[in-house]
Amino acid sequence: MESEQRGMVVVIDFLDNVATAVEDLKAGEEIRVCIAGRDTLLRIAQDVPFGHKVAIAPIPKGREVIKYGEPIGTSVTDIRLGEHVHVHNMVSNRGRGDLPMGVQEEQL
Amino acid sequence: MDIWGYRRPDGRAGIRNHVLILSTIVCANEVADRIFRSVEGVVPVVHPHGCGQLGVDFEQTKRTLVGVALNPNVASVLVVGLGCEKMEAKMVAGEIAAGGKPVETLVIQEAGGTSKAVRQGIDLAEKLVRQARAVPLAPISMEELVLGLECGGSDTTSGLAGNPAVGVASDMLLADGGTVILSETAEIIGAEHLLARRAVSGEVAQELLAIVRSAEGDAVRMGVDLRGTQPSPGNIAGGLTTIEEKSLGCLRKAGTGQVQGILKYAQAPPGKGLYVMDTPGQDVESVTGMVAGGCQLVLFTTGRGTPVGCPIAPVIKITGNPRTFETMEENMDINAGTIIRGEETIDQVGKRIYDLMRAVAGGQLTKAEVLKHYEFAITRIGPSI
Repeated sequence: MESEQRGMVVVIDFLDNVATAVEDLKAGEEIRVCIAGRDTLLRIAQDVPFGHKVAIAPIPKGREVIKYGEPIGTSVTDIRLGEHVHVHNMVSNRGRGDLPMGVQEEQL
Repeated sequence: MDIWGYRRPDGRAGIRNHVLILSTIVCANEVADRIFRSVEGVVPVVHPHGCGQLGVDFEQTKRTLVGVALNPNVASVLVVGLGCEKMEAKMVAGEIAAGGKPVETLVIQEAGGTSKAVRQGIDLAEKLVRQARAVPLAPISMEELVLGLECGGSDTTSGLAGNPAVGVASDMLLADGGTVILSETAEIIGAEHLLARRAVSGEVAQELLAIVRSAEGDAVRMGVDLRGTQPSPGNIAGGLTTIEEKSLGCLRKAGTGQVQGILKYAQAPPGKGLYVMDTPGQDVESVTGMVAGGCQLVLFTTGRGTPVGCPIAPVIKITGNPRTFETMEENMDINAGTIIRGEETIDQVGKRIYDLMRAVAGGQLTKAEVLKHYEFAITRIGPSI
């Protein structure tokens, strides 16, 4: 399940649509990344700081963001390949007391 | 292979030989602290509780204070109280004595005020230190260890490097026949389905899901997004976006072991193997709960870097972030950042962590011990009245 690799980003699971940057990534640079078992060249669309996530597949608005092969939340905008994925374009689906009552009860 | 430790009267194995100065009430903290600062070879427990507490909240605080005193790393205890509090010093000392541990009691109102209490306390503490020095080293084994798992100041390197390496060390201790406690219920939210599949029975799986639901319900009932605190602002700056992402990373500390049961805060595990303790995501409260449950050693991963320790149990600090190891090396025992730099594998670092655990169990000091980090905090389940 785990692909340990040297390089600029780490992809944890075949199902993941985000990778974690282990260097500061600069907009416009092209990096090598192993996506679903295939060595692919990924063009970085925006600066992505060390430790932050970058989309390794297009993620349309309202879709699950997948890391560790598991959903970690939902996109709130269309996220393009190579974009920074963080609090500005995705939300958590858990512990959401700020959502209307019906939605909360569904969660619990 | 055996390591050298201390055999306690109740049969349990300690890896430290502390004399504990235990305040039972906020009003006795200053006196307890002055005794601690005046005597070589003692550790302090001070806290803002002990009065105005009722019901399950009072019981939990008492269970925690008695639990840390009975931790096998403690040779003996000086209980310091005021004299009029709900958490009566003599009652606490009585429960500690019933557990088979040498204990002395100091009550400030009976001693005649601050200065007299401090002088009497110093005499009592020095006597306890002399007695503790006479406790002989004894062979103990890794299977007697109860290991606490904690993460704090996480970032995305925690889930990629620090936590999986701790998972390897945790599995190695379980293979020795030891005991491991995973804590921080809020940091299971979003990963509970994976952990529930590893439960020894359907009942244990249901109990696990129930404590996670309850932790999530606390946030939901406050009418706020859990993201106000989970992930924390520092977690978010470090690249963690949601609690689900944080939890999936946190869970890796617990390796691949089967979950034997769910423990209440400060409850001792009833058997060997992997347990989950229901603690909050606040690191010091969580570590305190596990140590009150008898854990002698803590593996603590961090991404952003945190200095905290514990008065009773050595805390081994592991960072998956190579930059943090460089900036906070004074506080970090293990650099797991070699994993994301491609210099070591997860298994190699896990083995290094296990080897350091053995050395620390045999007496080697952790960085938090050298720096005398004695943080202590008890989680509350009711307001002061």
